[in-house]
Amino acid sequence: MWQAVYAELKNQGLEIIAVALDTGGRAAVEAKIRAADCQERPEMLARLMGWSPELWAKQAPPTYPCLIDENHVVADLYGMVNVPQGVWIDEQGRIVRPPESAGTADMVKVMNRETFEIPEPDVQRGMALRDAYVNALRDWVRRGTASPYALPPEEVRKRLRGPARNDVLAATHVRLGRHLFAQGALARAKHHFDAAVQLCPEKWNYRRQAMMLDPGSIGELNAGPGFWAAVDALGDAPFYLEPDLAPVS
Amino acid sequence: MSVTILYGDRTTVVPGALERGGHVWLSPTDLASATGWKLEDVGLCQGDACVRTQADWVDAEGRVDLSAFAAHQGQPELHEAAGNLRAYGASVNTRRDALFSLEAPDFTLPDLDGKLHSLSDYRGKKVFLYSWGSY
Repeated sequence: MWQAVYAELKNQGLEIIAVALDTGGRAAVEAKIRAADCQERPEMLARLMGWSPELWAKQAPPTYPCLIDENHVVADLYGMVNVPQGVWIDEQGRIVRPPESAGTADMVKVMNRETFEIPEPDVQRGMALRDAYVNALRDWVRRGTASPYALPPEEVRKRLRGPARNDVLAATHVRLGRHLFAQGALARAKHHFDAAVQLCPEKWNYRRQAMMLDPGSIGELNAGPGFWAAVDALGDAPFYLEPDLAPVS
Repeated sequence: MSVTILYGDRTTVVPGALERGGHVWLSPTDLASATGWKLEDVGLCQGDACVRTQADWVDAEGRVDLSAFAAHQGQPELHEAAGNLRAYGASVNTRRDALFSLEAPDFTLPDLDGKLHSLSDYRGKKVFLYSWGSY
């Protein structure tokens, strides 16, 4: 869906790199980004993700690199805790916005669990957030360091999630689990993904991946009872922590 | 005995490994191919980085205690008995220092056609790095 933004900004010096944190690999990812699927996606998804009708109408298969990260390495390196998350990296390879929800509002809790419908006021709020995020991205592409959305180093560090022992241990479990998964040792693979979830309960990419390792569920969107039970267990905590887009000078 | 070592991006089957006291011992040649760390006069070295070798890390046959080295470095080690797998993670300090330097950590991953891309290939452009998942 970022293709419309890419088409608009690539000639102004923006590259988009999409990384699928997906132990199921190509089989899991491919079906999600084929052209045909873009046409078949229900309008519900646009509402859920907050895409405006204008941008949604311009959707097309991505021409930017779509990479596959079976070991969730990028999440480990950058301290990501869910998908989707975005990171801004400048021309010198410096992080100017750390991982944050890439303009996705926290809609999961207000969604109807059968129909995926979202109340209209929430849809409007989601679209406003997505708009604000894409506008911030446009501003950075146009103005570079002068943009108030390109954060100063101390602000980036403040917002970064630094790793602890549990994080690197969980990442090692995922590395081992992914190897076992590729070897067909599904039960042992799950054991290690579950260990990662125990160590880092806040990392939804591990939790969601752990629930979707069965060959029959690879590539499917998880909306099963286990997923909803985990969402309920959040209480008042957000599923997606919404990005802080206040300008910083 | 044969041990499979998962270390960083590397997956290496080491037929001549030795397990003793819960630790895995590798010949310097195997250690270098499995981990990139080379046994030199000054210690264990990878690029410019060298770690002084401790006395009990090298046995009489010249094998190196990878488990002890990893523990010294603060790297997690996991042992999966089925298949004799050993997985080594990064240390907290390695990850933390890299991230808080604000230099975007580099990675190399395949696209759908198997072609490899590195983040560093895109130096000189602004990059919007976007993670997602099918789940």
